[in-house]
Amino acid sequence: MQITVTVNDAAFTREVEPRLLLIHFLRDDLGLTGSHWGCDTSNCGACVVWLDETPVKSCTVLAAMADGRRVRTVEGMAAGGRLDPVQEGFVQCHGLQCGFCTPGMMLTARWLLDHNPDPTAEEIREALSGQVCRCTGYENIVRAVQWASRHEAAGRDAGPAGGTR
Amino acid sequence: MTARQAYLSAYGPVRRKEDARFIRGRGTFVDDVQLSGMLHGAILRSPLAHAAIRCVDTAAAQAHPKVKAVITGETLAARNLAWMPTLSRDVQAVLATDKVRFQGQEVAFVVAEDRYSARDALELINVEYEPLPAVIDAERALDPGAPVIRDDVAGKADNHIFDWAAGDKAAADAAFAAADVVVAQDMLYPRVHPAPLETCGAVADLDEVTGKLTIWSTSQAPHAHRTLYSLFLGLPEHKIRIISPDIGGGFGSKAPVYPGYVCAIVASQLTGRPVKWMEDRSENLMSTAFARDYHMHGEIAATRDGTILALRVKVLADHGAFNGAAQPTKFPAGFFGMFTGSYDLRAAHCQVTGVYTNKAPGGVAYSCSFRVTEAVYLVERLVDLLARELDADPAELRMKNLLRPEQFPHTTPTGWEYDSGDYARTLQVALDAAGYPALRKEQAERRERGELMGIGISFFTEAVGAGPRKHMDILGLGMADGADLRVHPTGKAVLAVSCQTQGQGHETTFAQIVAEELGIPVDDVEVVHGDTDRTPFGLGTYGSRSTPVSGAAAAVVARKVRERAKIVAAALLEASASDLEWGGGRWQVRGDPAQGKTLAEIAMAAHSGLELPEGVLGHLDADTVYNPPNLTYPYGAYVCVVDVDPGTGVVKVRRFVAVDDCGVRINPMIVAGQIHRGLADGLGMALMQAITFDADGNCLGGSFMDYLLPTSVECPSWELAETVTPCPHHPIGAKGVGESATVGSPAAVVNAVMDALKPYGVRHADMPLTPANVWSAIQGTPVRTDLA
Repeated sequence: MQITVTVNDAAFTREVEPRLLLIHFLRDDLGLTGSHWGCDTSNCGACVVWLDETPVKSCTVLAAMADGRRVRTVEGMAAGGRLDPVQEGFVQCHGLQCGFCTPGMMLTARWLLDHNPDPTAEEIREALSGQVCRCTGYENIVRAVQWASRHEAAGRDAGPAGGTR
Repeated sequence: MTARQAYLSAYGPVRRKEDARFIRGRGTFVDDVQLSGMLHGAILRSPLAHAAIRCVDTAAAQAHPKVKAVITGETLAARNLAWMPTLSRDVQAVLATDKVRFQGQEVAFVVAEDRYSARDALELINVEYEPLPAVIDAERALDPGAPVIRDDVAGKADNHIFDWAAGDKAAADAAFAAADVVVAQDMLYPRVHPAPLETCGAVADLDEVTGKLTIWSTSQAPHAHRTLYSLFLGLPEHKIRIISPDIGGGFGSKAPVYPGYVCAIVASQLTGRPVKWMEDRSENLMSTAFARDYHMHGEIAATRDGTILALRVKVLADHGAFNGAAQPTKFPAGFFGMFTGSYDLRAAHCQVTGVYTNKAPGGVAYSCSFRVTEAVYLVERLVDLLARELDADPAELRMKNLLRPEQFPHTTPTGWEYDSGDYARTLQVALDAAGYPALRKEQAERRERGELMGIGISFFTEAVGAGPRKHMDILGLGMADGADLRVHPTGKAVLAVSCQTQGQGHETTFAQIVAEELGIPVDDVEVVHGDTDRTPFGLGTYGSRSTPVSGAAAAVVARKVRERAKIVAAALLEASASDLEWGGGRWQVRGDPAQGKTLAEIAMAAHSGLELPEGVLGHLDADTVYNPPNLTYPYGAYVCVVDVDPGTGVVKVRRFVAVDDCGVRINPMIVAGQIHRGLADGLGMALMQAITFDADGNCLGGSFMDYLLPTSVECPSWELAETVTPCPHHPIGAKGVGESATVGSPAAVVNAVMDALKPYGVRHADMPLTPANVWSAIQGTPVRTDLA
């Protein structure tokens, strides 16, 4: 079947098998290998991408279900060559080690901050609780999201033209 | 000379070089490798734990329009490749020929045009099995009449693998006979799996014209794998190139060679095309290296006043169907001989018996420092049980018996030479950070109210950085590591090392080591690793050996470069080399520090037309191999606070204080991250993780729905502190830290839960302390946690 999916603002039309998983469509058909496959059972979240405005586990979404919809992946996080504060936070706070869970973690964190710009540590942990990291023990991921929250707040305080970044 | 910036140490919390690619989704993991014409492989696995194979019918699979090849044990046997050597000098079936010996064992390999078609074709293979009785309970493996698993070994009539002992039995027995108090306990360290988020896989690409075989693989030991492939496959070693690109966590489980790697290689040979094989999560959990599975009986002897005298241990080690434990050859039980822990003992003895069962092979694969994890768990539980028996405070009992600073270097009753330590100070830092007296007071108040709060302590000593070559090898390859350092004319440096990162941050830490020795910016050092064609030989990354061994090699090779630079600097400064001193990150004239040359100035001169003095040929490059004189012995003190719900058995880890002494810290940010990981590991193993089996050998931990890993909501905010006791024999005083917290933390969690359950009279319950298991313990009926 033919599908058209807008990934990171670019439209892609491809002939796919109806059973093709979204994660494999992104990785194998489009070559966007930043999203990872980790478990098959929706437990680990290495494959999290946004479908329209919502993070989903792309190992349990069919590519066909994304037809006519928008997908955002880690490759689309930096806008105009400028890193998202979440990406910066992960670097500044050592929120990643092997880097395998990182894209999914960052995309969920981005969604959280869009809906709750000043989350508590508990709210951050709750938001990330559907995803697994085997390297960080989560502490520095929480700090990374807090870092991004603080810097975005500072940017807002400085007004639309200002900001410290 | 113009004013120079004040010289700053390159050590410190430098942000990681590798992050730039990972946060953009630009890492290159094995499954990201896409080659022109690449085919995809998939493995057919046994549904049964023990069965004879009567027939493997692949005709229908062969006929699938997208299938390019189907490989069976027969195909491999014709090439003499059906069995491969394991890292413990056993053999393991690549694809089964005679029978299957565990559920999930590799039976056939399909190569197809895409990954979905390869999976489809697996369904078309018909295997006729004749089920055999299985050995699932390790404690029954040596029963007379038990089914013999390894009848492939001529004359094998039982399931025994090895007996290994350490210590002085007579001295231990004498100490026990004279002791006021003896406490004994059976305890199981259940089978667990490290479950790195990236599963195992490989892309094999044989160039038929040049004969060069390139293998991208999830390997923690690319050089050792290259040698092993060469010996096993009969290919010349210089025609094999292993690339371990970005690796999504390893934790030891990516040290062995797996059948899938071999199948991908053979498939590339057969088809003339690159072949990718990536296992799925169930395959990963059911067939690649598990860890632990130690059934231990421990005894501790002491005087009435709480002086620990001796330890005795008997262990039954379940190694699964093939002995695939990745560990130094002379150590069949790994470094379990470290079970005397951090204490001043008179005598100790242990005996370990390894057995085969119808389970996946492995045994040393989860940040365990070659079974120091099991050893620490055993002794730290026994010390707590002794404290219970003596009605002593577990912190005070440890303080009384810890080795004292003046006893180092200390040779333990089982022969390990601990290099350095100030154990009491580290424990005190942990107790202070936790607010130990206040916690005990709070606990007493809560107990009055019927609330279950527990405080658990563990103190561990680790043995990492294997090893001295004369004592330690893997398959005959001495455990040393090489480093090459090149300095370009502009003073930029490229360090090539034999170890390989799976997330530990070598590209940053190793650059810091070189930068510190050469007085150049960290950004001016590029670290090359994970490619056998571009790096010197060495044994790889596991057992926390990167900084202790390769880190030492990096420092040593940088010092060689520095000494070579000194000769050139002397020529440049028209001074005698003996009049120069290294200061402020450059060579300068003693007594006249204004006269000095930086490495960049010296490097350019070395490449110039300058008439070079004797001892240098033109560049500053150097290489080395580091053969560690001893292991390093990091240590630490952990305090865990838990709350247990008596109605449900749910354990909540409220606080966890970890004080690690890993010697000099090159990048404290990375060190803290490593510790955080290990603490989450310990919490997971203590409370959640176990690979269990039913009576027929069905694996009950074969997915992340059944094998539970800690998430952000189970983990507390870790509280870290440190002490620093430099390693006396390491060039920069570092000891290694990668596995410390995994080794030290499970006992702290279990000790805390047992402390919480004290009002119920519970002495011991085995990990994982799931709500059901805790509830059973509260009812007075602790259960075996390895069997369904």
